[in-house]
Amino acid sequence: MAVTPDDIARLAGLARLRLSEQECAELAPEIGVILESMRRVQEVAGDDVPLTTHAVPRTNVFRDDVVRPSLTPKEALSGAPASEDGRFRVPAILGED
Amino acid sequence: MDFEDALDQFDPALGLEVHVELNTATKMFCGCANAFGAEPNTNTCPVCLGLPGSLPNINGKAVESAIRLGLALNCQIAPYSRMARKNYFYPDMTKNFQTSQYDEPICHDGYVDVEVDGETFRVEIERAHMEEDAGKSTHAGSTGRLQGSEYSLLDYNRAGVPLIEIVTKPVIGAGAKAPQVASAYVAHLRELVKALGISEARMERGNLRCDANVSIAPKGSHALGTRTETKNVNSLRSIERAVRFEIERQADVLADGGSVVQETRHFDESSGTTSPGRPKSDADDYRYFAEPDLLPIAPSPEWIEELRATLPEPPAERRARLQEAWGFTDIDFRSIVAAGALDLVDATVAAGAKPAHARKWWVSELARRANEAGVELDALAITPAQVAGVQRLVDEGVVTDKLARDVIDGVLAGEGEPQEVVEARGLVVVSDTGALSAAVDKVIEANPDVAEKIRGGKVQAAGALIGQIMKEMKGQADAAKVRELILEKLA
Repeated sequence: MAVTPDDIARLAGLARLRLSEQECAELAPEIGVILESMRRVQEVAGDDVPLTTHAVPRTNVFRDDVVRPSLTPKEALSGAPASEDGRFRVPAILGED
Repeated sequence: MDFEDALDQFDPALGLEVHVELNTATKMFCGCANAFGAEPNTNTCPVCLGLPGSLPNINGKAVESAIRLGLALNCQIAPYSRMARKNYFYPDMTKNFQTSQYDEPICHDGYVDVEVDGETFRVEIERAHMEEDAGKSTHAGSTGRLQGSEYSLLDYNRAGVPLIEIVTKPVIGAGAKAPQVASAYVAHLRELVKALGISEARMERGNLRCDANVSIAPKGSHALGTRTETKNVNSLRSIERAVRFEIERQADVLADGGSVVQETRHFDESSGTTSPGRPKSDADDYRYFAEPDLLPIAPSPEWIEELRATLPEPPAERRARLQEAWGFTDIDFRSIVAAGALDLVDATVAAGAKPAHARKWWVSELARRANEAGVELDALAITPAQVAGVQRLVDEGVVTDKLARDVIDGVLAGEGEPQEVVEARGLVVVSDTGALSAAVDKVIEANPDVAEKIRGGKVQAAGALIGQIMKEMKGQADAAKVRELILEKLA
């Protein structure tokens, strides 16, 4: 199934990326090539190849439940464009209460 | 449409999503303290702030809690499961994704049996998965609410706190009892996570939060209607009210020939109604994918069995055992469970009170006060040991039953232990004959006609005088002693 410029525009919206119509039109075939390549790889992998998301074959890598020092509020807020009362200040978000 | 009419025409179905905040010492993916009520942004680090280059690390204790809860919910524990990224943009989520689980929840396919009015309902569990909590936003500007606010302030102390989300399969067949089944189910979960010791489970603090999906379908159709999801209903009573309201509202919509809109809704505590939030939209496409920064979780059968051995007595068995031990009738025992007082009564009995006394204080006196204050019973500022202490003062004759209520007032007001309240408030029963005698003389003098009757042998008339003397003594007189004195003086 071919990737359309509309698909790209929708994904860009979900990812909060501002893309022009022309960029969407250009990206559609590029993403299409990547997906097609993945499809071909999947054809090569038989049923004996398990679904792999991690290159390292390890499981159950856990941390002990022990408190470690946190940042100070000043450090935490040091990269914030705006702050108030020890909190991050952001524009009001509409559409959800 | 009222509830009975709605139920005549429609069958309700429920789907309940409960988020349980775990009481681990640290957050899900970093070593920041998991603590309620700290100064804003004091428990944050590059991981929970989502700073570039930071890497998460799973809290093993949280996984253990999830498996134990899964086992207590009669779930299957997945031999292999992964964390996943749920992608969306909202300022309470620093990373622009929530680390959660998607198609591989750690626990799945379980059930719990809940009891409503002596009838048992089986609620089937679809899944219980691990995820992290979001930060806390405060809407600043004109109203303090989002509508009309100019900006929001974010505290990320809660961001990354471990959560388990428990999702039921559709609960059907509860009919008119659907609202009670919903609240009984959440009460059951609360009891369970407390017994497991994995959460503080205080609903007023958001340790346990319920989203209630409600739909209705024409009676007997065996279909599922379009559902609404009422978000963050945060007390047992509210859950019952919200479900009831949605059933009535949806019945109205359908009866008028309309259709129910699939949307999230908000519950308003003061009016007991729900109002529309956000309709389903593109933004609900979360583009989940397996979290590449965290390795899969694969609990061995040995580990699962080890954890199974740590499970507490199942709530139903515990209730049966306690009812037997305390010797209550079904009705009396159920009143304890319904008031959410089982643990409290148990602890009060353990602290030395008789079961009947423990029940009396928690179910009548203290439940009323909790209700008036609008808090859960266990949030009252009195401990089971203190309640047992109050009863001990009654048993020892230090205070009367009536004065004991003042002692409870004092303990609740933070005046100290029961004995300290008695001393500070001067609540001791007066049986000292001198002080009583004066009060008795005074009341006899004020009521010559009653006194005459008693002299004439009408002993039962003494009751009228006792009442007045008790009033004179501000309720602190020993009634038996007063009666004795009256009869002595008027012999």
